[in-house]
Amino acid sequence: MNKTTSWFNVTSLVFGFAFLYVPILILVVYSFNASKLVTVWGGLSARWYVELMHDQAIIDAAWVTVRVGILSASFATVLGTMAALVLDRYLKFHGRALFSGMVYAPLVMPEVITGLSLLLLFVAIGFDRGFWAVVIAHTTLTMCFVAVVVQSRLVTLDRSLEEAALDLGCPPVKTFFLITLPLILPGVVAGWMLAFTLSLDDLVIASFNTGPGATTLPIKIYSMVRLGVTPEINAISTILISVIAVGVIVASVLSHRSQVEKERAERAVFLGG
Amino acid sequence: MIEAVGPIKRKFAPWDDPTLKPFIRFENVTKRFGDFTAVDDLTLDIYEREFFALLGPSGCGKTTLMRMLAGFEQPTEGRILLDGKDLSGIPPYKRPVNMMFQSYALFPHMTVEGNIAFGLKQEGMDTSNINTRVAEMLELVKLEKFAKRKPHQLSGGQRQRVALARSLAKRPKVLLLDEPLGALDRKLREETQFELMDIQMELGMTFLIVTHDQEEAMTVSDRIAVMNHGVIAQIGTASEIYEQPASRYVADFVGDINLIDGTVSAVDDGVATLHCAGVDATIVAEAGPGEVAVGAEAGFAIRPEKVQISLEAPPAGTPNVLSGEVWDIGYLGDISVYRVRLPGGSIVKATVANLTRIVERPITWEDKVFLTWPADAGVILLK
Repeated sequence: MNKTTSWFNVTSLVFGFAFLYVPILILVVYSFNASKLVTVWGGLSARWYVELMHDQAIIDAAWVTVRVGILSASFATVLGTMAALVLDRYLKFHGRALFSGMVYAPLVMPEVITGLSLLLLFVAIGFDRGFWAVVIAHTTLTMCFVAVVVQSRLVTLDRSLEEAALDLGCPPVKTFFLITLPLILPGVVAGWMLAFTLSLDDLVIASFNTGPGATTLPIKIYSMVRLGVTPEINAISTILISVIAVGVIVASVLSHRSQVEKERAERAVFLGG
Repeated sequence: MIEAVGPIKRKFAPWDDPTLKPFIRFENVTKRFGDFTAVDDLTLDIYEREFFALLGPSGCGKTTLMRMLAGFEQPTEGRILLDGKDLSGIPPYKRPVNMMFQSYALFPHMTVEGNIAFGLKQEGMDTSNINTRVAEMLELVKLEKFAKRKPHQLSGGQRQRVALARSLAKRPKVLLLDEPLGALDRKLREETQFELMDIQMELGMTFLIVTHDQEEAMTVSDRIAVMNHGVIAQIGTASEIYEQPASRYVADFVGDINLIDGTVSAVDDGVATLHCAGVDATIVAEAGPGEVAVGAEAGFAIRPEKVQISLEAPPAGTPNVLSGEVWDIGYLGDISVYRVRLPGGSIVKATVANLTRIVERPITWEDKVFLTWPADAGVILLK
């Protein structure tokens, strides 16, 4: 590898990162703007954050969003983990290829279509649109992401560990909770974090399935923006970005740590002989 | 004073006792995976307290046979009896059988103690008894100091011991060992083989070991079943299998063997005469199992250590003499291997123990040598 940094490398790096992060940076900086006009810098202030705390509509929306996120991420984690187990373990059942395709399809499905089809389903079965409809819709959206994360963890798990537990007299369900789950836990937690952040920033699917009293934060922001961008929106967006950044960082640290652990174990085997 | 002599060591051979019932019985067991037949109509009896080895190359069905006994696979046909009880339909977690896995399969999130106690906890044993048993097991495998360690803090040899202790902790009726020493280096493997034998004697359990290493099988076990393509090629003690191989496959798989092809020209009371046109010789030897008849294509099988090599021609009229030229010499320290080229071009190996610290070899490359052997040293096996 060439260690000297050429001007070309530096430029492309700066340009690339600028492209990705300058808009977000501007939003964050302007959220601390004292002026009421979004485009005019009026000095440093946290007044919009204070004002946010007094805006009951936004606090309600944030609370709805967090509850939807926690519930849908939890449902998605249970369902996604089960799907991953089936995909990884029962290799020979008929229609496995179809099943795995169907689990992963929502990853690339346009959100508009997912949202619309769920809306049609809820109307058809007479399910009221609102909080629970959004929870179910987000579970649908995020469970395939959980399945992918958990499955990548499962493939590295030695199957003979479970066989050893069975051999020592542990029934299958207990084996799952005593052996399998503790060993895939980093993947399960990472999957939950991913599902939570996906639910947090979803606008399209939520707006199809929401109802009165179930306005999520992205929907609230979007409707506020249509009346004009206020510094308050900058402030709330900054908070949202921070929450999501923390979630993504925690998820990646968890999966990185499990990777490091695995490598360390392998190295120990190698050195130990 | 007879007491001073100590107990007379009786030969352990329950398989020769017709009044004894087998402890484990595979009865016409067949296992198919799709089109592939891993185990083919196999019947096998194993007796209590026996150390039994399944020996064969990878893919011969030995591991499948063991996994069926553990309950991880179900026989397609036939049944398996343990102590007279049919095991079919009994899940692995209800069988009185424990297994030591090839990969050891230690639970990485539990300590050494936790691993050993796992099976006892499932049994519902109370804590004080579990602690006593775990301490006993740690002592047995000499790992008392490592009780609180996690598996990744142990060396390969220590992990192997933890796996052994864990599989013995429940005092199973049968211990299954799947290539238990495969990951250890040669020295450690030899030591552990003898330890395994001691442990088996001490605990009086039935051990079933699966291995592809013939030395390991011969060292540890009372009897060996040599397997090939899902069937048993031969069952016997180590010396029976080595000295009286039932087929060319067994002769070739277990140990080193010279095979000289020819046609049977006479058979008289179990002794056959083999005419070997290729090497221009006539060999008289014991006829092996099967229909060794005049005109049959057969081969003379003899172990290299039983071939004597000499520079001087034996007296005229000596039977079973081959002559050739030294082609290669391999010095292995304890023995030297002479590869002798016969007139037809085939090679016969003869090993000679290096009893003295020779400086100069009496026999060297391109010497003309004579190969002889005692009359009962080899056997004639059908093709």
